[in-house]
Amino acid sequence: MGKTISEKILSEHAGRELKAGDISVVSIDVVFAQDGTGPLAVSQLKKMGFDRVADPYNSVFFIDHAAPSPRKELSDSHKVLRNFAAESGAVLSDINRGVCHQVVAEDYACPGDIVIGADSHTCTAGALGAFATGMGSTDIAVGFALSKTWMMVPHTIKVNFEGSIQKGVYAKDLILYLIYKITADGATYKALEFSGQVSSELEMEDRLTISNMAVEAGAKAGIFATDEKTENYLKKQGRPSCFKEIFPDSDAEYEQVINIDCTLIEPMISRPHTVDNATGISGIEKVKIDQVLIGTCTNGRISDLRVAASILKNRKVAGSVRLLVVPASSNVYMDAIREGLIEIFIESGATVVNPGCGPCVGVHQGALAQGDVCLSTQNRNFKGRMGNPEGFIYLSSPATAAWSAVKGYISDPREVLV
Amino acid sequence: MNDNFTDNTKEEQDKKGMLKGKAFKFGDDISTDLIAPGRYFHLRSNLPELAKHVLEDADAEFAKKISRGDIVVAGKNFGLGSSREHAPAIMKIAGVGAVLASSFARIFFRNSINVGLPVLVCDTSSIQDGDRLLIDLKKGIVKDIDRDIEIKFAPLPDVMIKILSDGGLVEHITKNRGFNL
Ligand code: SF4
Repeated sequence: MGKTISEKILSEHAGRELKAGDISVVSIDVVFAQDGTGPLAVSQLKKMGFDRVADPYNSVFFIDHAAPSPRKELSDSHKVLRNFAAESGAVLSDINRGVCHQVVAEDYACPGDIVIGADSHTCTAGALGAFATGMGSTDIAVGFALSKTWMMVPHTIKVNFEGSIQKGVYAKDLILYLIYKITADGATYKALEFSGQVSSELEMEDRLTISNMAVEAGAKAGIFATDEKTENYLKKQGRPSCFKEIFPDSDAEYEQVINIDCTLIEPMISRPHTVDNATGISGIEKVKIDQVLIGTCTNGRISDLRVAASILKNRKVAGSVRLLVVPASSNVYMDAIREGLIEIFIESGATVVNPGCGPCVGVHQGALAQGDVCLSTQNRNFKGRMGNPEGFIYLSSPATAAWSAVKGYISDPREVLV
Repeated sequence: MNDNFTDNTKEEQDKKGMLKGKAFKFGDDISTDLIAPGRYFHLRSNLPELAKHVLEDADAEFAKKISRGDIVVAGKNFGLGSSREHAPAIMKIAGVGAVLASSFARIFFRNSINVGLPVLVCDTSSIQDGDRLLIDLKKGIVKDIDRDIEIKFAPLPDVMIKILSDGGLVEHITKNRGFNL
């Protein structure tokens, strides 16, 4: 019997044949934590008596969630990470570099790798054909110490994105639609394998958006097979030699196959306070907005900023709206500067924030006021997420977010896209 | 029942594999943002302080109302969202004896085992808020004293039992100088 991508990658890292449901200790290729989860990982490492990481080049501490630090307690936490990275040999990705998942895609993850990170959206790297999954600080501490972890091989749900994508519809809309269909726990403990004609046509940045949100359906991983687009992306990142072909066997066994006709999908909106509380945009009432966020590990890449800038060019953000633009990484920021996008944003009335998580997790740089409505390109809209349980978060693609920022209420980007 | 129903000590639990406590009932999809809100990000290196806000956005008074050993009872997909281990850690510090839910999000479940918080998958629909519960970890049974019913819960995978019985993942690794699963 053939293997799914997850079964292949996990078998290779266990040194024995594994199938869905098996539990095994596996070697890992990349391990990381961020400033919210890293300090606890460091104290667990110290408790276990480890003062070196097993694989210095592929062990990374990111300072991205509260970067630069907005208060002294967090400055102290950052210092813990800086000091520990220096002592232990781990890499430090400091406040200037950007969101962990974006940097992992740019610099670390390779097809066929196992990537574990102390952040739930570690599944992002699945876009590159890696088995990437989020864990807590203690599991990650053990990963740093031993370059190993234990895993249960997940059953796989194959998602075929078929048909064609309509104008105004983006990768974000596809994944919001999928989560709406299967709900927020529709893939709990499972791996999603994205397949079908549309998946193969998606650019790498779009695949990253889709894999990023696999966890919003409860999935352990969200994986694409590799192809030329994977190879080209890695070349562009200066890592051509890490490419390798990853694909499922043709007789792999799937727990379920979901076929989605993308032709039927319109721009999607998730309403407060769950991601699966979604609707096509034509089903949404008139929602006035106070803040718009374009950025995060879901939609803060250069292609996202390009779409947003194309809509904002020669237009003004509505007077009642604060538009925040947060490039996901320093590389994205530099590209946006070179392409003149930052100028367009600032001229439109947007506030450009330094690369990082920005206000996504409610620490700084745009916490919501009581009753505020925010339209965000991030991946989750849980109550309290952006720093205030009395705030209301809607989710959309960057195109919908940009056009809505101009209009002052949630608006259909098809009105403006030619 | 006697007055100190919820006053069970750690030793007592360990001896008998028994937990007892009052049910605090929550709904479906209780996220880690509701358990450990992001606005208290700066308290993540101060867990006792963070624990004062545990589950605050689901029930503002929870941290004040709970007695040591009380049981959080919820619907489906408990603990969805972020990987923050601080969520189960502060539930444990606040005195939560166990969490019963019809299903759990994956990372939360794994984190709970690593920090030594029992998480049990069972049908929670008939348990009401305030019910007195008796949990027999070894037999896999929750007894709802006030409704006079017994509910079975699914056994944990062997690797998780090993980690739990060593006292958590840090203890497991320290004891074995690596994995011994
Ligand atoms: S951008 Fe948001 S979702 Fe992504 S890692 Fe940062 S806080 Fe998490």
